Amino acid sequence: MTVNMTKGQKISLSKADGGSLTAVRMGLGWQAAPRRGLFGSRTREIDLDASAVLFADKQPVDVVFFRHLTSDDGSVRHTGDNLVGGAGQGGDDESILVDLARVPVHVDQIVFTVNSFTGQTFAEVQNAFCRLVDETNGQELARYTLTGGGAYTAQIMAKVQRGAGGWSMTAIGTPANGRTFQDLIPAILPAL
Amino acid sequence: MTAELVRGQNHPLPGNRLEIRVSAGTPVVAAVTLGDEQGRVSGDRAWLAHPGEPQLPGVEVPRQAAAEHRLAVDLGAMPDEVHRVHVLLALPGGRPGAAAVFGAVPAPHVEVTTPEGAGIAGFTITGLGPETALLAAELYRRQGAWKIRAVGQGYAGGLPALLADQGVPEPADTAGRIHHAADRELARSVTPPPETPAGGRRAATGAAPSSASTTAGTPGTPGAAQGTAATASSGTGGIDYRHPRRRPTQPPAPQPAAGGTPTIPGQAPAPGAGPAQGAPQPNPSGPPAPVAGDAAGWSMEERLHNQIWGMFEDLARTVAAYRSAEDFAQSRYDQELDRLLADPRSRSGAGADAARDAAELKQMALIDQARAVLDRDLAQLTAEAEVVEPALPPPFAGWENPCWHGYQVPAEPPMAVRLGSLTLPEAPELRIPLLARLPLNRGLWIDSAEDRRMAMDVAVSLAARLLASHPAGAFAVHALDPAGSGAQALAPLQAGGALVLPPPAAGVAGVSEVLGRLTERVDLLHMAMRAGAPDALPPGFDTAEQLLIVNEFPYAFDDRTVNQLRYLADEGPAAGVHLLLVADREDAAAYGPVLDPLWRSMLRLTPLPSDHLADPWVGHAWTFEPSLVPPGSDVLGQVLRRLAAARPAYGA
Repeated sequence: MTVNMTKGQKISLSKADGGSLTAVRMGLGWQAAPRRGLFGSRTREIDLDASAVLFADKQPVDVVFFRHLTSDDGSVRHTGDNLVGGAGQGGDDESILVDLARVPVHVDQIVFTVNSFTGQTFAEVQNAFCRLVDETNGQELARYTLTGGGAYTAQIMAKVQRGAGGWSMTAIGTPANGRTFQDLIPAILPAL
Repeated sequence: MTAELVRGQNHPLPGNRLEIRVSAGTPVVAAVTLGDEQGRVSGDRAWLAHPGEPQLPGVEVPRQAAAEHRLAVDLGAMPDEVHRVHVLLALPGGRPGAAAVFGAVPAPHVEVTTPEGAGIAGFTITGLGPETALLAAELYRRQGAWKIRAVGQGYAGGLPALLADQGVPEPADTAGRIHHAADRELARSVTPPPETPAGGRRAATGAAPSSASTTAGTPGTPGAAQGTAATASSGTGGIDYRHPRRRPTQPPAPQPAAGGTPTIPGQAPAPGAGPAQGAPQPNPSGPPAPVAGDAAGWSMEERLHNQIWGMFEDLARTVAAYRSAEDFAQSRYDQELDRLLADPRSRSGAGADAARDAAELKQMALIDQARAVLDRDLAQLTAEAEVVEPALPPPFAGWENPCWHGYQVPAEPPMAVRLGSLTLPEAPELRIPLLARLPLNRGLWIDSAEDRRMAMDVAVSLAARLLASHPAGAFAVHALDPAGSGAQALAPLQAGGALVLPPPAAGVAGVSEVLGRLTERVDLLHMAMRAGAPDALPPGFDTAEQLLIVNEFPYAFDDRTVNQLRYLADEGPAAGVHLLLVADREDAAAYGPVLDPLWRSMLRLTPLPSDHLADPWVGHAWTFEPSLVPPGSDVLGQVLRRLAAARPAYGA
């Protein structure tokens, strides 16, 4: 069962059977929109990048993105940069895996972002989505559709945060502009 | 223009000859059923095309499971009674490396095209979970014209449930036949893909998907998989988030009622630390005890090598997590104190003391938490080191390891040798072997600044280890000791009379002769390789790897021989000539910065423990300790005597 999340919606990642999530994956998939008119078959390549920023008490302490694929503590891993999208044909083109049990104790929030590295806005991508999957059983927990996302080049997707009873997830869905996650930090801070 | 359909939507088909393209991102079995007007799969024999019986009138399916399928369909050739064509997909199940459930793989995509490949309608089947079989799409006849409907109905009960729903007689037997046929085809055509080093699709018991079916089949045996498509093949679904080459640091599935594992000292799994969520556990004995060789690899040696590197990385990252938590706690404490002091109202008085105490408590609590996590991980790694260390083969083992007493001359060189061990201050007892891959791709520099005699001992023990790790005659050692100060240390190598090439003349003449010979050798090999004529080497050319030990560099070197040495450091490794330099950098200060590239190109090792080596992941400073022969032990002499006996003497 998938929840199509709306902005600001918060879901708990603890499960029905009482256990809490231990591993989640943020998957990102997209295809470049075909051009109209002459040379229409020449799709422009669009490079979207998924990043995860680890926060401790609202201070960024580590980041996982295409140039730093594993967080220093090894708990958050990016499976690799995809420059063109569409590889999964509806599947994930980029994934970030989070081993929640191994996240350092001071990290209390992990924010997932998506940026358009090549500068196209989300209006130019097709079938773009971002989803959160429970890695232990492959169940999709939440899905966001980016298509028709308007004239933005970045989006702050969601965050997982540590609470007294385990981890929970909040959809953020704030559009922003920027090429990499660094440009997004000011936009992320209000969402923490 | 392809129409993108959503579940339940239909779309007209322009002609009778079609192609159905399925792409699933993981191998799937495709099957087709034909149904009459009421949807019954009837006829005198079932209207079912599957890998075992791939042909029906008007449709043919592939004989094997694949990630991409193209089914050619000719609706015009179908019998008139046929009103429905159902496209079924199923995961092969029970196959190593295969996905366990559709929820764990990219969403399958079905597209109907003309035979020329022009898209008509496409459909991505999303939102799947524990299903292992699907009714993907339906082609149906409505008032004489054919249409496609996007169905995407998944079956957690697997192929038997799907076939039963289709009205196929004896669904379980038929499903078994289908899986059997697909597996047989697999055995005949392709070998299962090797586990990629980075793939890490390890079978982790904790990650077994909680499939709707409770069938706890034995994963990996095709026989057990037949008939039960929903067999829970353990942990192959999805990407493993854990360490790419090994299982998780903390044991999965803390099971309160389990018998426990007495082999893990001080093991106290935190509640909820494991990834298992009540998934069916084939092994009820709780957290697995560490096992030597628990990593990917083709041989035990490779598995141990990978396991040691995995332990190295895990220790680096675990300590990084601890240090970052500690730093954060400290900086937050400092900030809170600064804020307290910056405000004149809160600077003094009882309120200030209380606030300071509260800040301190917060810092302590965080550090305690971080320490608990670190201790848990260290206990696991220590337990692992305790089983791995005794299992190491001689090239990986320290000299104190008893396996050296049973040393036999190997038939082929190992993949790596141990240079020493590494520790971090957080865990001084946990020694990670530092392994260097063979052939060495960079020179070794034993820094003799602190203790010259010991530096030479380290060099000799390393040379002996390299010699002992190669087959007889495949490794040659040259020793340059122009000052003669290392004669005593070199004695064990020369004792057998056959291990080191005859010592050259002392002083400048000897240095110049040996370096000249090795330079020529490297040059010759490079020429032969560049010309693509490695067979054209002169007859009697010694193909052994060469190791040059230089003691007290740069004593007795002149500009020419220093340049030759730099050439050997750069070009030698590719031509099988390796350097082992015992030197104090201060001695070569007269050469100025021209030697800096030489020092940088070599791996610096120290005879005494020193924290100068950085790991490749987070860059901690690791304390290196060389692997030395225990005092009073004759193990080195024994090994060298055995080796000497096995190889012909030089000049014989």
